[in-house]
Amino acid sequence: MAQQTMDTISALPNRQRVSTGIALLIIGLLIFGLFVINTQPGQVATFGMNLGDTAFTIPDLSVPVQPALYTLVMVSVFLGAWQLARGGLRSAGWSVGIVALCFVAAFLIWATQDKSFNLVGMLNGTVGRSIPIALAALCGVISERTAVINICIEGIMLMAALTAVVSATLAGSLLVGLIVAILTGGAVAALHAVLVIRFKVDQIVSGVAINIFGTGMTSFISSRYLESNIDLLNNSGTMKVVPIPLLSQIPILGPILFEHTPIVYITLLLVAALHVLLFFTPWGLRTRAVGEHPKAADTLGINVFLTRYVNVIIGGMIAGIGGAYFTIGSVGRFDQNMTAGKGFIGLAAMIFGNWNPIGAFLSSLLFGFADSLQVKMQILKVPIPSEFLAMAPYIVTMIVLTGIVGRAIPPAADGAVYEKQ
Amino acid sequence: MAEKKDAKPPIRKAPPKGKAGTPPENKMEGVVTVVRRGRGSIWMENLGLPVLAVFTGLVVAGLIIIVSNEAALAAWRSFFQNPIAAVVASWNAVIQAYGALFGGALGKPAVIIAGFQTYFATGQADALYKAIYPFTESLVVATPYIFLGLAVGVGFRCGLFNIGAEGQFFMGALGAAFVGYSLVGLPAFIHLPLALLGGAAAGAIWGAIPGFLKARFGAHEVVNTIMMNWIAFRLSDWLLNGPMKAVGYRPVTPSIEATAELPRFFPDPLRFNWGFVLALLLALLVYWFLFKTTFGFEVRAVGANPDAAKYSGMSVMRNFVLVMTISGALAGLAGSVQVLGTDHWVGQGFSAGYGFDSIALALLGKSHPLGIVLAALLFGILRGGATAMQSLARVPIHIISVIQGMVIIFVAAPAIIRWIYRLRIGPVEQTVLTRGWGK
Amino acid sequence: MTTVLELRGITKKFPGVLANDHIDLALEQGEIHALLGENGAGKTTLMNILYGLYRPDEGEILIRGETADIHTPNDAITRGIGMVHQHFMLVPVMTVTENVMLGNESTRNGVFLDKASVAKRVREISEQYGLEVDPDSYVRDLSVGIQQRVEIIKVLYRSAEILILDEPTAVLTPQEVGSLFRILKTLIDKGKSIIFITHKLKEVMEVADRITVLRAGRTVGTVSPKKVNPEKLASMMVGREVNLVVRKKPAQPKHVALAVKNLFVRDERGHLVVHGLSFDIRKGEILGIAGVQGNGQTELVYALTGLLPIERGEIHLLGKTIRKLTPRQVMELGMAHVPEDRQRHGLVLSFPIHDNLVLCNYYLPPFAKGVELQQTKIIETAERLVKEFDIRTPSVFLPASSLSGGNQQKVIVAREFSRPIQILIASQPTRGLDVGSIEYIHNRIIQKRDEGIGVLLVSSELDEIVALADRIAVMYRGQIMEIVEAAQVDKEYLGLLMTGIKPTEATPRKKKETEEVERVF
Repeated sequence: MAQQTMDTISALPNRQRVSTGIALLIIGLLIFGLFVINTQPGQVATFGMNLGDTAFTIPDLSVPVQPALYTLVMVSVFLGAWQLARGGLRSAGWSVGIVALCFVAAFLIWATQDKSFNLVGMLNGTVGRSIPIALAALCGVISERTAVINICIEGIMLMAALTAVVSATLAGSLLVGLIVAILTGGAVAALHAVLVIRFKVDQIVSGVAINIFGTGMTSFISSRYLESNIDLLNNSGTMKVVPIPLLSQIPILGPILFEHTPIVYITLLLVAALHVLLFFTPWGLRTRAVGEHPKAADTLGINVFLTRYVNVIIGGMIAGIGGAYFTIGSVGRFDQNMTAGKGFIGLAAMIFGNWNPIGAFLSSLLFGFADSLQVKMQILKVPIPSEFLAMAPYIVTMIVLTGIVGRAIPPAADGAVYEKQ
Repeated sequence: MAEKKDAKPPIRKAPPKGKAGTPPENKMEGVVTVVRRGRGSIWMENLGLPVLAVFTGLVVAGLIIIVSNEAALAAWRSFFQNPIAAVVASWNAVIQAYGALFGGALGKPAVIIAGFQTYFATGQADALYKAIYPFTESLVVATPYIFLGLAVGVGFRCGLFNIGAEGQFFMGALGAAFVGYSLVGLPAFIHLPLALLGGAAAGAIWGAIPGFLKARFGAHEVVNTIMMNWIAFRLSDWLLNGPMKAVGYRPVTPSIEATAELPRFFPDPLRFNWGFVLALLLALLVYWFLFKTTFGFEVRAVGANPDAAKYSGMSVMRNFVLVMTISGALAGLAGSVQVLGTDHWVGQGFSAGYGFDSIALALLGKSHPLGIVLAALLFGILRGGATAMQSLARVPIHIISVIQGMVIIFVAAPAIIRWIYRLRIGPVEQTVLTRGWGK
Repeated sequence: MTTVLELRGITKKFPGVLANDHIDLALEQGEIHALLGENGAGKTTLMNILYGLYRPDEGEILIRGETADIHTPNDAITRGIGMVHQHFMLVPVMTVTENVMLGNESTRNGVFLDKASVAKRVREISEQYGLEVDPDSYVRDLSVGIQQRVEIIKVLYRSAEILILDEPTAVLTPQEVGSLFRILKTLIDKGKSIIFITHKLKEVMEVADRITVLRAGRTVGTVSPKKVNPEKLASMMVGREVNLVVRKKPAQPKHVALAVKNLFVRDERGHLVVHGLSFDIRKGEILGIAGVQGNGQTELVYALTGLLPIERGEIHLLGKTIRKLTPRQVMELGMAHVPEDRQRHGLVLSFPIHDNLVLCNYYLPPFAKGVELQQTKIIETAERLVKEFDIRTPSVFLPASSLSGGNQQKVIVAREFSRPIQILIASQPTRGLDVGSIEYIHNRIIQKRDEGIGVLLVSSELDEIVALADRIAVMYRGQIMEIVEAAQVDKEYLGLLMTGIKPTEATPRKKKETEEVERVF
């Protein structure tokens, strides 16, 4: 009885079917117009399929550019036409997803014409880059399942990032840094919870205020203390990549999933654990009830306020791990505003993933992919200014939020204040 | 035996408003109710509380200043030997910081008086100009804040969270700068308004997009406006390093033509210009719009209860788009004024920090043009003096953001202030802005 | 007869209102004890105290002679008290089993939810008490009557011996009410004791063993239905002599004001909820739409007012089609709408009363000149309307939230009735109001009818429809079962139609002898 990861309206009224169909057709034509035209016959795109140590090496994938692109065009146009004429696949979301995939594949092939780049490497990077977004999304899921909107994930991550690296440097231990980050996240989230639950502050106002406070505080501390004391306070070293024995040697999948820093593995475990906890345990049942119909839960003796406090704080701790990723998990030092909006992208991932952990994780992968792609494109010297590529994750977020790719339904009591008399 | 039903009406306070739960079902139907207010509580709510909020924020920031001040810390370490010294050192640290802040913001009174004396005695205004320079600078800094606060405030009135003021501000500045430097040979009375409008239009577009997305798709404007901010930053990066780049190494636009400049009141280096007057005029215009026109009535109705607004025939979607566009235009105008009046060119990092500031502003000013103007003046003082505070007292300017964060909290949760100062708990009046994600 | 539950001197104060004033109540083993009072008398507050949702300021609760300290619902539950709320406390996106086990979950290995065993127990209880329900169905897919059964099962699952039912018949058809009463009798036979909260006199006479009447927070008296008649009960409830009868002249309908032909409407989720509806309303008559809520009435009203698009079919207001019109344009054509949710849809509670009174026409002269609002005119009009419609408020500048429910409804009525209108749509216009306000609004509606306005009255209170309407259309699953003259049918017939059963020609219809029909009690 686990919920769907992408809740799409299969029974679309006619008008929406037609517009989706037309949209798909247009994408197909775009593939032709943007990519096919800019290629020559005979070109080949080479994709490396190996990274690190695997059981056996897979030969590079050589893709003949124009035939591949034409195929993708035809798939898109076919799906678009089918959608228009007969409503296409049972779920419109599938058609849109496939065509979107075609577009991305076409883009990659076009960008790699006569060059080569390591596809597996990029996918490995995707997973890595999606982690802070995933953690932010998981924080959001846990919090919003009890109907508390948490906009301050960005602020939490910044503060946790700072405390992680400072404590790790002082203590000489990354583990200490991680623990401190978790505690920081929990503490800041507790503040949000108190403001929203006890003082009934509007949830978004509280989130924005904490963000401002967090940005200001971390920049203040950075300017005042860190910049002049790098070795003492801001140089923690980074986590090492720890390949999981055996699993990391599976060709293709191994390097993508199992050659990462410990934070990544923690995240993957969290996704699975939270999913099980949310849908198969009493705690999960009560959490969801509080988010959907707090009064009902109250009348059955569930403490709505306590549930919300617990969930928001746990969410904060998870965001704390996300914050740690930025510093001790990657560069080993704190830079001002280093979260660069990942907290908000995490919220978009949560919405796109329909408020459940696995969905949120898959959506985060999507955003991580966009991020990763942007970096690779710079390396490949694709003739698009890097600034535009850098915009990609944000534009993708906005497109996702329009719900064209399926409308997601939040917990019913989301955002509303619960009054008890 | 026929009792008159409404013989003795009990006095009753207004029940909590908005979506916050249902009033108890035991209402006495058909009975007179009176909203009981504490003594002078309107003044308390709208002026007293914000003032106390700011004061408390300054106090807490003062504590942070003490902690980050080496001299004070050293004195506290030997507290038990010499407690007075610790307190004195703390006091000094705070006075030094805030003294620099307010001195840098308003100027020193003695110097100003001396300047006047010189002017009246000799007709030479130089000393006077130097003396009032800090004050005029604060007004200059406050000018964009007025526009930005109005932008966010208008959004709040319609129930919309425009976090994108920063991006709209930047795009407005670029728009105005572009019109300012690329059109040569136009007379000032055409060029200046055109440049102002160029900025407003750029901001309007930047605001209309999330507005449209919300109206059409129900996409929540909080995340969308933040995304538009980041897109604006990247776009401006490209523009400032590419098409709009002036000759030279720095990523800045060329300076605007003289015909596009907003006239200044005093000679250099005083930058006080007509932009401030324009800001005040616009505040009046927004006041008139919100409270005296049919458009404003609709905007406020949609903000207070979109369902009832819809049922009464108002178009909620149209109002969302309209308000976001106006909000963006106001923010864009802030950019115009900043470029045309003060800086005369645009560089990277132009809008840093203004976005969140404007939210704090609008909340502090209770989304009312008068409150916003006052709050903007306050912020102008804080920001204006912050650089002095940083250079003289060595307190990083980020402390201002810390103050702002706290001020927002205190204004949004008056209960905290009431608890701190042991004030009587008044009627609960929360602006419930959050309605969940999308439709 | 043992006294299984006793409330002594229960007192509860809310800011400015004394909700319960030293109330005494005694429940005997195996009885159905009705708690009767009009809206706002304090019945639900009292029961919320008993169930641990509120704490009393004074008084005590005794269960089987022993003082019981009830601070939370859990305390009440462990002592064998179960409550079935008026507004169901069910999570729509969860299944019946999940809703039943919420807060009292069974687990396998102490960690994982054990739904199978709960489902089994749900089936057992179903059979034992005649409450048929499928444990794996989602609550949002269930009809209101079945949802109520789930609520009862929830209570029985927790081994309740004392059941409190709060206005259980508010959302049921007459047949479902009969079904519920049978279930109550079964519960009594199995040894339970029941408190039954209601404001409906007829039901109380039918099902209760004893009746306690509450008025304005105080107990007025406890009586047996055998020794009392509806008029006496009504006057106990209201404190004065109550005229149980609506007087109205026969209708004089003229030409057609509103014509609906073959209407199809989809709700906001895309489901077709109005299937080919057709009816006419003439000027000077009241057409009542009867039916349990959820059969498409809400969407029908939205379509008529322009708030939902018309999928197929025609709606003509005075001959003009309203298909492509916006709500404002429909309003300008002369349609008035009293919405069913007055606080959410009818008023902007934070706006002053004078603004609420011009919420529909603030943009028209004389309230606006071009773009500018004419404040003096607005306030002038507001003060006139407050006098004319007897709205109890010391000032038109106060926010609408300061008004009581009845006065809020009067504001909406004042606003709608003071415009030049051709047709009035009133949805659940007297829901949750006290008797005085109900009388007032009924009289006003009839007055409008006599002025020649066509009225569409949508109400789930069958008595209200029967009292006011000239013709009655029964809606079921988005279709009209039948349109009948009010004078020619009785409630049983209507009740059958409301459950989707079309009675055969052989079923007798009672002819009403006079025009006098009974009020909503």
